[in-house]
Amino acid sequence: MPPILELKGVSKGFGRAHERNAVLRDVNLTVNEGDFVSIIGYSGSGKSTLINLIAGLLKPDTGTAKMDDSIIQGPGPDRGIVFQNYSLLPWLTVIENVRLAVDQLFPAMSEQERKDYAAKYVDMVKLSPASHKYPKELSGGMRQRVSVARTLAANPRILLLDEPLSALDALTRATLQDEIAEIWQKNRTTVIWITNDPDEAILVADRVIPLLPGREGATLGQELLVDTPRPRDRKEIIKTTEFKDLKIQLVNTLLDAKKESAPTITKKLSTPDILPEDLGKKRSFTLFERPAPRRRSQLAREELKIEVP
Amino acid sequence: MKLFYQLKLDAILLPIIAILICVGGWALVAGHSKTTTKVDDWGDTVTETKRFGLSKNLPSPTETWVASKPYVMAPFAKRGELDQGILRFAWLSLKLVAQGYAIALILGTPIGFFLGLSKNFTRAFDPIIQILRPVSPLAWLPLGMVLFSGLKVMDSSGRSIFGTSDAAALFTIAICAMWPTVLNTAVGVRAVPQDYLNVAKVLKLSKAKTLFKILIPSALPYMFTGFRLSLGIAWLVIVAVEMLIGKPGVGGFLWQQYNANSYAHIILSILTIGVIGYILDRAMSLIEGRFRTA
Repeated sequence: MPPILELKGVSKGFGRAHERNAVLRDVNLTVNEGDFVSIIGYSGSGKSTLINLIAGLLKPDTGTAKMDDSIIQGPGPDRGIVFQNYSLLPWLTVIENVRLAVDQLFPAMSEQERKDYAAKYVDMVKLSPASHKYPKELSGGMRQRVSVARTLAANPRILLLDEPLSALDALTRATLQDEIAEIWQKNRTTVIWITNDPDEAILVADRVIPLLPGREGATLGQELLVDTPRPRDRKEIIKTTEFKDLKIQLVNTLLDAKKESAPTITKKLSTPDILPEDLGKKRSFTLFERPAPRRRSQLAREELKIEVP
Repeated sequence: MKLFYQLKLDAILLPIIAILICVGGWALVAGHSKTTTKVDDWGDTVTETKRFGLSKNLPSPTETWVASKPYVMAPFAKRGELDQGILRFAWLSLKLVAQGYAIALILGTPIGFFLGLSKNFTRAFDPIIQILRPVSPLAWLPLGMVLFSGLKVMDSSGRSIFGTSDAAALFTIAICAMWPTVLNTAVGVRAVPQDYLNVAKVLKLSKAKTLFKILIPSALPYMFTGFRLSLGIAWLVIVAVEMLIGKPGVGGFLWQQYNANSYAHIILSILTIGVIGYILDRAMSLIEGRFRTA
């Protein structure tokens, strides 16, 4: 059976010619049906670019991104994305947000079936009591659950989670990690979870792959296998030596890569052209003019004439 | 003093004080009549009325009120084509504004969408829009007259019900009021977050569905800001239009009363225009607030 997702020698950059900013280089990734993969990397190292490539929202510059042995042509409902910032539509209620996906993807169902189907997914993320609330009335964690419900309701073959929990506080994050892992255990959908949190990566996934930064773009490093049995008990696992070893190994890999890719400054830095207010000076009162800040460039040069006898 | 702020009396009292100051200033500047009786050379008694004051022809607040009373107290009276209650005039103006405004929205919204969606469309049409936008209604009206010259729609009895001047009036209101709608819609469409569009892409929504389910709801708050500003301009334009084509309405009434030397009615018209404009604006911002999401 071919792997569900296969990236071969994928690279991606933005901008043209000498201004080109390489983000990813030579990325190779194989994901089999039912895998739970987490990709961990620094902020701004190209994680979202990678997920956009898999989703089909971006096209690789070189290399191939294949799903089921055919090249990914564009986005589609078979690869559901949970975005970092939820991207719920604020003018729709929770259930309407889910219905948007359901109505679009299952036109054959009857109205009642679709209603029940959407309600089932809202229930799965434990939001039934809030199903008629608008996103602005929900907390961040609840919003992200709606987003998960909407994505799952589309019944995707691959679930792509782009730093889904990074905007949440640590406690909410832990709860949601457990919940999403639980849902995965029931459905066994293929999951690619992108994160910047080593604990999260090891806790939720079976395969943890670091995204290592480099001068010519980031690339995927050696993967770590997490063979802790499921369901995982967070409180127990974080005490085990396996967990600690994995974490140290992962953090070291990432730190070493960062050191090697030591940032080269390409931008010319300049200090702001402004001087602190001279409080000793007496302020003259003007009605229509705000006192403008003193600029270094406008500083009057004082010239002293010294007469040499 | 505490009670004063608790009841938010300052919100009522301060405007009242300001209004009183303005009326006081008006009373100071305005002229007043003095009637003198004297015996002329022929031995007859003659009464002579003379006006004095800084601006002697400007009617004072009380004179204005006395002269306006029949129009205000019977606001819907119709004593003749050009002598109607002030609200009846306002209603005629509002009807014309509503028609022109509707045309402005129907034309302006799609243009705004095209501008927001297509960079090339924006590049092509932005200069034209920027040139046409500041043109005064006074300049558009004659063009409208030329554009629709010869147009005449008659009812069964042969009376003209829609002529060149009506068409020109609508044209002027529509073309002047359109721009805020066009520009705000364009900004609103451009401001639709990429995330929402990504959702549409992942779900493979059709073009029409993306328009109605994502773009329009997302741009709606901006669009309503445009609609509100457009309504303000439409109401602004109506006076100029009515003055030029001599249609009955608040603006027409104002001009006609100026020509008839009854200056008090000019002030009445100005106040009416202002108050109605304010009410329209408030009403639109209430609607606008309802559509504000997130």
